[in-house]
Amino acid sequence: MTALLLLPLLLPFALPALARRALDRLAPVAALWAVTGCAVILAGCSLAALGSFVLIGLLKVPLFAGLGELIHPLRTASDLVVLPAAATSVGVLAVCGWTLVRSVLHQTRAFRAARTEAGRGPSAGDLCVVDSPRPDAYALPGRPHRIVVTTAMLRSLDGPEREALFAHERAHNDGHHHYFLGAAELAAHCHPALRPVRETIRLAAERAADEAAAASVGDRRLTARAIARAALAGQAAGPASSGRPDFAPAATTGPVPQRVQALLAAPLGPRAGRAIAALLVVCTALSCAASVVGMADFHHRVEVAQGDETP
Amino acid sequence: MTEAKDERRPAGELEASVMAALWAAGTPQTPGQVQLRLGADLARTTVTTILTRLYDKGVVERHRQGRGYAYLPVRDVQDAHGLTARRMHSELDRDNDRETVLARFVAQLSPGDERILRDLLESDDQ
Repeated sequence: MTALLLLPLLLPFALPALARRALDRLAPVAALWAVTGCAVILAGCSLAALGSFVLIGLLKVPLFAGLGELIHPLRTASDLVVLPAAATSVGVLAVCGWTLVRSVLHQTRAFRAARTEAGRGPSAGDLCVVDSPRPDAYALPGRPHRIVVTTAMLRSLDGPEREALFAHERAHNDGHHHYFLGAAELAAHCHPALRPVRETIRLAAERAADEAAAASVGDRRLTARAIARAALAGQAAGPASSGRPDFAPAATTGPVPQRVQALLAAPLGPRAGRAIAALLVVCTALSCAASVVGMADFHHRVEVAQGDETP
Repeated sequence: MTEAKDERRPAGELEASVMAALWAAGTPQTPGQVQLRLGADLARTTVTTILTRLYDKGVVERHRQGRGYAYLPVRDVQDAHGLTARRMHSELDRDNDRETVLARFVAQLSPGDERILRDLLESDDQ
């Protein structure tokens, strides 16, 4: 039954392909919710599985068996399997923890810097203008939510296009997309297979904001043009990092041609992605069930070894 | 139809649009020019109102041009202190009885603030 705990570690490998399909077939907001939820749950289950492997390995060591008040030896697969699995899990968990902490620190620092810079510049309403020759625009969450746009970006768009760009950034803030991007970032550090899913979640957030902007300005073609113009302006200036935090969604994140194409195409019907949504749910449920059953089984064995229950 | 939609937008969003139009222009703009640059169906009086509000907040400057004003964004609001001082000035200008307002303002200062003011005045005298 301990082998069941391998399932939560393997299922994330199926998610990248499923996530890309979900984004193609579902409405962007639905895809954003579904894929992010799925990624977070899969990440949690894989961490729980790793934790269980570590515990099993520890209880095989006489010292910890004594601490756990085990009076019989814990019945598991051969030590030759259990101990290396536990050692590997410890290593993987340590690496996950380290990259998680480093990422959180880095993002917090970038966020503070971005807020300070936005606070220094002139602002009107929710708009902060940064006087810079680099075209850039992004949504900066916080209280109040802000949108930060450089002067170079303002100059490379005309009036209606600026409105579309602002609508896009406001949609990021109104949709609380930074939480989704933050969750994607955390999940990506928990399991290597979830790394490509982070890109899909970013694209889903951009698509959701694109659609919201198109609805807000009432013109899909204008929104598509604004996104394309903003991206081209940014491209011409070179890909230098602007130092904004990764969870602050920018106007030009993700494959822009794909976003423009989606805006120029007709919006999807509501029933398009039932199958893919069902697959995502099955994937998540399977992962949860496997971890719960695996851990319940492990708990039962510990009780037996403690003499509280009969096998 | 579209005009009604644009007029109903939250004040903050209108301010943002007008400010963006000013920055995009790079030269002083009259309310009429801003209205053209916005490309939205906003009435000119609305644009003028928003520009006046931005001026009161100290994020745009203006100077006389013909019968009205031409506006341009303030570039050096990099120092937040200058911005606050400008806001205090625009609040003062709005009241008719400037003297009373100033007297009340000084009367309500904390001892620390009062000392800073005195030090500043003395350094001016020398």
